[in-house]
Amino acid sequence: MTDRIPGFATLAIHAGAQPDPTTGARTTPIYQTTSFVFNDADHAASLFGLQAFGNIYTRIGNPTNAVLEERVAALEGGTAALAVASGHAAQVVVLQQLLKPGDEFIAARKLYGGSINQFTHAFKSFGWNVAWADPDDVETFERAVTPRTKAIFIESIANPSGSITDIEAVAAVARKAGVPLIVDNTLASPYLIRPIEHGADIVVHSLTKFLAGHGNSLGGIIVDAGTFDWSKDGKYPMLSEPRPEYHGIKLQETFGNFAFAIACRVLGLRDLGPALSPFNAFMILTGIETLPLRMQKHCENSKAIAGWLSTHPAVASVNYSGLPSSPYYNLAHKYAPKGAGAVFTFSLKGGYDAGVKLVSKLKLFSHLANVGDTRSLVIHPASTTHSQLDDASKTKAGAGPDIVRLSIGIEDKEDLMADLDQAMS
Amino acid sequence: MNHDAYDDSYIREILNGVKTIAMVGASPQNVRPSYFAFKYLAERGYDMIPINPGHVGKNLVGKPFVASLKDIGRPVDMIDIFRNSSHIMPVVDEALTLSPLPKVIWMQLGARDDAAAAKAEAAGLKVVMNRCPKIEYGRLSSEISWMGVNSRTLSSKRAPMPTHGQRLSLNRMSVGGGSTLAADRAAKDKTDPA
Repeated sequence: MTDRIPGFATLAIHAGAQPDPTTGARTTPIYQTTSFVFNDADHAASLFGLQAFGNIYTRIGNPTNAVLEERVAALEGGTAALAVASGHAAQVVVLQQLLKPGDEFIAARKLYGGSINQFTHAFKSFGWNVAWADPDDVETFERAVTPRTKAIFIESIANPSGSITDIEAVAAVARKAGVPLIVDNTLASPYLIRPIEHGADIVVHSLTKFLAGHGNSLGGIIVDAGTFDWSKDGKYPMLSEPRPEYHGIKLQETFGNFAFAIACRVLGLRDLGPALSPFNAFMILTGIETLPLRMQKHCENSKAIAGWLSTHPAVASVNYSGLPSSPYYNLAHKYAPKGAGAVFTFSLKGGYDAGVKLVSKLKLFSHLANVGDTRSLVIHPASTTHSQLDDASKTKAGAGPDIVRLSIGIEDKEDLMADLDQAMS
Repeated sequence: MNHDAYDDSYIREILNGVKTIAMVGASPQNVRPSYFAFKYLAERGYDMIPINPGHVGKNLVGKPFVASLKDIGRPVDMIDIFRNSSHIMPVVDEALTLSPLPKVIWMQLGARDDAAAAKAEAAGLKVVMNRCPKIEYGRLSSEISWMGVNSRTLSSKRAPMPTHGQRLSLNRMSVGGGSTLAADRAAKDKTDPA
């Protein structure tokens, strides 16, 4: 008998969340504790030596967080995951396993502005050098590969423009270069795009966005696809070489196809410290249970509002990959057939001033620096999330001065259109 | 038998059915994967026998090393081979001379020899390749979920209390969970010669 593979909505509710063994509690309990008792000295030694599975200290692992990790790993089709304090923390922890000072990684130029800052400034101070490539021109990734390249980083749906990246084409470049492909899948969520099915080796998320959905808790996660051989050429010693932190254990040899997630936990999270609060993990888990329903409504509203905006007399252009007029329409059809997400930009005929006025006049849309909330959100990227970039870089990142970004919520779409209409009049 | 993807029911039946496991290539070094697996399985109640001719006279977690399979002197249910793929066949040949025959040949994570598997299966043995019994046990008992690993199982039944030294029940009713089939295919494609 072949085991039946459950559907996405079933996994969104059940994966990782088996009834609590001690109490029988059906909802995942919040294990709000820093530490866990050992059975005896040998058990403690086994846990510290990675010889046994179990809990030691919440900076390294926590049973509530573990449910969240298994849930997202299952939704993405990965072998394991590690939850951390934020999407930014996920990116630091991932690259710490892959890069040494002086190494390089290639990143798509169209990224969340916070990631561009992190890569350009903070990571540069670690000696991790980013080379930028154009996600609309895959050859630029190929040309950026050098002997020091250790990873390629892209967003599946790019923030803020909502453009779709040709994941399979970039994955082919990564494979040829012998480096892992990291995909930030935050704006798609695994409901719309599962990057591992298209060649990603590592998937990262800001859980704060669509996965949690409610905008009340920060979190990030790293999903290990289990697809990369870390030991083939000695380029990834954190995984292939004996680790002095653990008396000489080789992580890939010991943990097989979930060694990267283990490395992120026992080398990254343990030593860098960006642990996720179990309370946040609980809040995010509760959100994920309704991910499929919410994403359907987000996409339905977004498609209707993007189409309506494109015919509005005050609007110069709408960049929504789900519209047939979008240059990304075919890629959206291929990678995100259930919907092109709910974050997109548009420009107003009145330029920068009209954008500022629109934001100030909206009554339902909230003006803030987040996306993927149940509430509809608006921001002017050029003066906020992307403000630290120069004008040319803003335009390249899809955040020019005339651009307004929307994150469409799950309210009634007629109310959202009425709010936008009155704000543009 | 499809050796690329095993059903949980196949692995569960093996881990539930065997009692005595001879581990060929067991290492006394406490950072080696074979040491981890040996100790873990011994703590779960399996009767473990370490096989390594280089360490006869020593013990592994209190169990005396034995030089070879034929020196065990009592029936074994499963032979867990911690050797590279190129060293599998002689071990299987030796296993097939035992009387009574073992029931299962298990090749460790990274090890695979399809010809040796076919020979063992022709003799009526069950074969698992490129898997770790510790990881599979941890996965099917949900214990590995503490490490954020996708156990690929779902269950609405209460998990057994994970008490040290107690054999966890592998029999709790569960259904298939988050599949890694796409990732498994991609991993296989990447390791195949281009």
